[in-house]
Amino acid sequence: MTATFDKVADIIAETCDIPRENIKPESHAINDLEIDSLDFLDIAFAIDKTFGIKVPLEQWTQEVNDGKATTDQYFVLNNLSEQIDKLIAAKGA
Amino acid sequence: MRLEYFQMLDRVVALDVAKSSVRCICTVPQSSTIFEGHFPNYPLMPGALLLECMAQTTGWLVMARTGFSAMPFLAAVKEAKFRTAIFPGDPLEFEGHVLHEGSGYTVGECKGLRQKRVICSAQITYRVLPFPNPEFRKALFELAERLDVPVAELSK
Repeated sequence: MTATFDKVADIIAETCDIPRENIKPESHAINDLEIDSLDFLDIAFAIDKTFGIKVPLEQWTQEVNDGKATTDQYFVLNNLSEQIDKLIAAKGA
Repeated sequence: MRLEYFQMLDRVVALDVAKSSVRCICTVPQSSTIFEGHFPNYPLMPGALLLECMAQTTGWLVMARTGFSAMPFLAAVKEAKFRTAIFPGDPLEFEGHVLHEGSGYTVGECKGLRQKRVICSAQITYRVLPFPNPEFRKALFELAERLDVPVAELSK
């Protein structure tokens, strides 16, 4: 488990009132944790603020809609955490 | 202010895209069908409509910051507070700013004032989406012109 995952899991637990122990790296935010798109806006806001990034939700949604990506790539939490790490790295580059 | 038509604001008196601030004014009308129900023999500006005033105020700023290329739709409200009763004839000011612009959404804040005293406040989240159709966009821009929003100057 990474530090990024821990922060993301804490954000989800607090934002969506989900018990922290139920949030695992392999959890899918939509399919397993049943987070809807409105709650995900709150999560995105908290992630953006915490990490100083801008999670590209529109781009990800477009890629999923176009069949170029699966929701697993962005919404399984260890994958989401990896995406966040990439955005942080890109910001510092 | 035409409450029945959700035309909550009379004028946008300041809109600074760079500083991310907006200020609007309006006067609660002396009479409205709204007051026939809210409340009989005690006309009171509904808190839900004060919230709409705040959403529209910061909404103009959100739209201006996209260069009037997208429309903010109310998605969530947090920490909405209504501190005092507002009556017909009351002159109101609303001051809004943007807290964060995310991907496809914006979070802002707004407060309402009467005679410089804060009467309401809220944190507001908008989904920022393409205009649903050209006719809607045209009608909205005509409203903007009536409110003194500098659409042409700020459009992309």
